[in-house]
Amino acid sequence: MKRWLGPALVAPAFAYIALLVGLPVVLSLYLSVSDARVGSDTTSFVGLANFSAAVRTPSFRAALAHSFLFTVVSQALVIVGATLLALSLKEAFRGRGLVRFLVLLPWVAPISLGAIGWKWLLDSLYSVVNWVLVAAGVVSAANPPMWLGEPRLAMLSVVLVHTWRTLPFATVILLAGLTSIPRDIPEAAAVDGSGFWRTHLSITLPMIRPIALVALLFGVVFTFTDMTAVYILTRGGPADATQVLPSLAFFTGILGGDLSAGAAISLFLFPLLLLGAVVLLRIAHRSEVT
Amino acid sequence: MRRTKVALRVVVAGFALALSFPFYWMALTSFKRTSDLYDLKNNPLVFNEPPTLEHWRFLFAETLYPRWLANTLLVGVAVVAITLVLSVPAAYGLARLTGRWGERAGIAMFLMYLVPPTLLFIPMSRVVAVLQLQDSLWSLILVYPTFTVPFATWLLMGFFKSIPKDLEEAAMIDGLSRFAAFAKVVVPVSFSGLVTVSIFAFTLVLQEFVYALTFLSSVSKQTVGVGVPIFLIRGDVFYWGELMAACLVACVPVAIVYNLFLDRLIQGFTVGAVK
Repeated sequence: MKRWLGPALVAPAFAYIALLVGLPVVLSLYLSVSDARVGSDTTSFVGLANFSAAVRTPSFRAALAHSFLFTVVSQALVIVGATLLALSLKEAFRGRGLVRFLVLLPWVAPISLGAIGWKWLLDSLYSVVNWVLVAAGVVSAANPPMWLGEPRLAMLSVVLVHTWRTLPFATVILLAGLTSIPRDIPEAAAVDGSGFWRTHLSITLPMIRPIALVALLFGVVFTFTDMTAVYILTRGGPADATQVLPSLAFFTGILGGDLSAGAAISLFLFPLLLLGAVVLLRIAHRSEVT
Repeated sequence: MRRTKVALRVVVAGFALALSFPFYWMALTSFKRTSDLYDLKNNPLVFNEPPTLEHWRFLFAETLYPRWLANTLLVGVAVVAITLVLSVPAAYGLARLTGRWGERAGIAMFLMYLVPPTLLFIPMSRVVAVLQLQDSLWSLILVYPTFTVPFATWLLMGFFKSIPKDLEEAAMIDGLSRFAAFAKVVVPVSFSGLVTVSIFAFTLVLQEFVYALTFLSSVSKQTVGVGVPIFLIRGDVFYWGELMAACLVACVPVAIVYNLFLDRLIQGFTVGAVK
């Protein structure tokens, strides 16, 4: 075989990525230590001033805290919910195909469109969620919750919408893991008198830990770096109550035209991405060894 | 055991209801008369007045929605084409020809998929500006392969690895070159893999929001994902009937196709983590 063929086949794809991912990453580092703004041609080196300025603003601190809250709470809900749902979907039953279709809808639908659907579900005046809650006697008709208008409720809404959106993906990944376990293992446990919870908590769930970690990792990276649900539902408001790092970077860098400050805020996403990459590499390495 | 079974059914039903209810609500809203939608005395979960197609007619006849669908389709087809051209050879090279080094390069390519638009949109907007592609669909066609190529290369690498090497080797003994063996033997065998990758690359394009929001400004240039939530609003007023119809059109067909190919996606996606 010719030795040049392999690299020649691989080169175009890598070149494309190097140019259009590598170059912007470098440019982002450059912008973050300069004072570039949209419309000004001259820029000068300002060191880490953008980073220290960002860290000092209350908006940034709020966004950082919200990003962690948003990620941790939604992904904790997702991993618990998805495990429960995957266990329930494991055995074949009538209508399983339809259920899988319905369960997957939030993940397949473009998130901006799912979010606008939720904006209508949580409307201040015509919210069907509130109508149901009023009908069930949970809240009073005179003073229904303003889901997107009150700081705490707005955060809760954004978290729940994002949970709704990412749960299906974790479910299908976990389901794939569960169905890859040989059937005789849980069956043997059942024969030995182990109940449903005992079987799963001490046998099947530990067996799918590597794949659950992959699902969680993708969920965390995807959530920490996403701004779509926040942007559509609340625009980061009311008064920064739901602002997260990516949306703050967007408002500062793109809408505000302060490229250098925006780039600096974006780069705060980087440590978490790096951590995600390292964990993923370790998983890949382990499966290579075994 | 019986009690557990019943409990599991209840869990499934609960999740299915909670996850799909917003889509039922979209469908209901899109067929309701405006007077029905905005009457607070009505039960919102059912039709209180006869259904209507007015919102659907308006959406397709009097808004730019058809244009946005066409834009999305154009970008999607172009991006899928670029993705296949770049990632089919790359995946084959990584799967077959480059050995241990290939494994590492494959993982490096996959990690690129983790780089999110929100890390790159600011420098990317400068790149797009320098290339004079602001407010042009070409900006998306240029940038979207940065996430579809890593994704597609990784999936295709898995598909190619599952094809026995003997197949090409037999063809090469018959006198075909490596490249001809690849083009005439491997590509036809992995056709369903190529279709799967094309479909998922297309759905990634359909779902993208951040770059399209950043690069495009004219109303007529929008894709569905940005056009509907940002521009399908007249003044400050949300026209919920039209909005929900627009969401359904973009969601449901894709969901059906996605379901048909899901198992292959999971197979490719979890290579390495499931053994």
